[in-house]
Amino acid sequence: MPHKTFFAFVMPSLIAMVLFIALPIVSVVVQSLYVAHDRVMVQVENCQPFGGCSTELRVDAAATAELQAEQPLGKFNGLGTYFNRAHLAFDELGVILQTNRGLGDIWNRVLNLPFYKGLIFTLVYCFVVTPLAMALGFGIALAVNALPKVTKGPIIFFSLLPMIITPLVGSLILYWMLSPNGILGATIQHLFNDPTLSLRASPGLTWIALLLYGVWTNGPFSFVVFYAGLQTVPADTLESAMIDGASRWERIRYVIVPHLMPLATFVALVQLMDNFRVFEPIVGFSAEANATSLSWLIFNDLSGDTQQFGSAGATSVLTIIGVVILLSPVLVRTWREFKLKVV
Amino acid sequence: MSETLAHKRPAGLNVLIYGFIVFWVILAAFPFLWTVWGSFKVEADFFSRESWWNALFGTNTIRQTGAAFTGDGYYGAWVTRDFWRAAGNTIVVTLFVTIISLTFGTLGGYALARSGRNYAFWILIAALIFRAMPHITLVSGYLLPFFQLNIWGVLPTSIIVLVAINQPFTLWMLHSFFLSIPKDLDESAMVDGCTRFQAFRLVIMPVMWPGVVTTGLFSFLLGYNDFAVTAMLLSADNQTMVPKISSFLGSVQEAGNVMYAVAAVVSATVPLFILVLFFQRQIVSGLTAGAVKG
Repeated sequence: MPHKTFFAFVMPSLIAMVLFIALPIVSVVVQSLYVAHDRVMVQVENCQPFGGCSTELRVDAAATAELQAEQPLGKFNGLGTYFNRAHLAFDELGVILQTNRGLGDIWNRVLNLPFYKGLIFTLVYCFVVTPLAMALGFGIALAVNALPKVTKGPIIFFSLLPMIITPLVGSLILYWMLSPNGILGATIQHLFNDPTLSLRASPGLTWIALLLYGVWTNGPFSFVVFYAGLQTVPADTLESAMIDGASRWERIRYVIVPHLMPLATFVALVQLMDNFRVFEPIVGFSAEANATSLSWLIFNDLSGDTQQFGSAGATSVLTIIGVVILLSPVLVRTWREFKLKVV
Repeated sequence: MSETLAHKRPAGLNVLIYGFIVFWVILAAFPFLWTVWGSFKVEADFFSRESWWNALFGTNTIRQTGAAFTGDGYYGAWVTRDFWRAAGNTIVVTLFVTIISLTFGTLGGYALARSGRNYAFWILIAALIFRAMPHITLVSGYLLPFFQLNIWGVLPTSIIVLVAINQPFTLWMLHSFFLSIPKDLDESAMVDGCTRFQAFRLVIMPVMWPGVVTTGLFSFLLGYNDFAVTAMLLSADNQTMVPKISSFLGSVQEAGNVMYAVAAVVSATVPLFILVLFFQRQIVSGLTAGAVKG
């Protein structure tokens, strides 16, 4: 195909991607280097009976509105935003490492730093939900494959629902059931005979609920892909394995699993990418007190009364770096394959 | 094959398989059924402090409204709180997102599938990286420029942003569908005197419809399910259903009327049910079309 024709065809979609994906990435990087203009600050001292005193800075927004209108980006701050307490917080990390009382203390104090709180939950969500959802999907695929034909259609229909559902809606539905007044939440309180047990009060419970939601909503995708893969397992190989005396379990372990391995890599990659941007469930479960994610941090910066573009930009850049690290094995492999093809 | 094996399976294994499937179907379907059922009750029943039997029998619903089922939640959401407007916006957004995505995507996907050059490969790789970008990181890049250009808050902006975010996925999916159509087809059309575009439109597109429908379903889902973009880029009047539901949570929960949100959630789920009901085959084939989803 001549260059000219090719670009005539690709142009609309290329322009859309450059304008609304590539340029915003540049824009995010630029934004992250700026902070809001200095504002009229009011210092407020906040004392708690046992927590000691902390000084808090309050902003007088009106005084700087004019300056803001002239230079909407704010003032140049270099990499300052990246290293402040709300992001990489190297100073705070250093202090924690020097003055800690054991691992538990480090963990608790690191979880108090907003960026690390979000990062840790995002990573836990990624690496717990992905394998569990794939295991669940594989289990369902094996079970559905063993069923008589008539039942398969309806089961696939119901299985698709948790995946196809709007993430915010799906998480709300589960949240309502799990809330202390909902059917599951009340049952759990009843089972453990502990009326104070609730999502809002317990960070552990919130994490478990979010992870369960993740497995629930991610499982069907693995199921559908693995189920399709199961249809392509060569019958000859299975039969010869049977003749050689392989048990049911051995057939799964040595014939089916290796056959599905390439699919599993693909599913794992897609799920990791999707789970890395976990966001809606945190809004749906109102979990922000106990669990946040990188995407939620950006959303939070942008949706307050004073939108913190610099802070959101810095978190965005760090998130994008995270995505590139996650994707790098695939990119390297694609690159190698491409080189091989060229040579 | 599975049926010939079925009677060879030990009974214990059969129990395990059927038990697991029943467990999964309940897990997958029960939350939806329960919420649909509960949306016709009053709050004191659906969120009952005493016992969830109240939700089954509608004890408080009967006491408050005189019948076991009530449409109060729906009336509150759709009429009092203008959910109909959000529903209208959703229809506009998803319709245009789907149509524009498919137009751009078929043109681009076709060219990518037919050009064997290096830059086609690199465009696909760039699209793969773009596909992985969390949407909210992009949104944080849009806000400031959109404020400056004064195009924040309106539907067309959100539509074109969603189209762009959707392009990487659409390109990959349509690209692989186009690859499955033999090259000879358009080449012979061009030998017969068609231009490239005529060959694309008159020869290739008519055989591409299954692929277009499948890709369209996923474009629709992306536009319909989106929260990050529509929540940040639309003003309160122009909100689509999903951000509208989340705004219910802030204001309605305090007013003691969670049932509006429950009714809105159920209303937003119904179109998805219908979609799966009619397009189950296409959704499954789209998901399984190999490297498609990446």
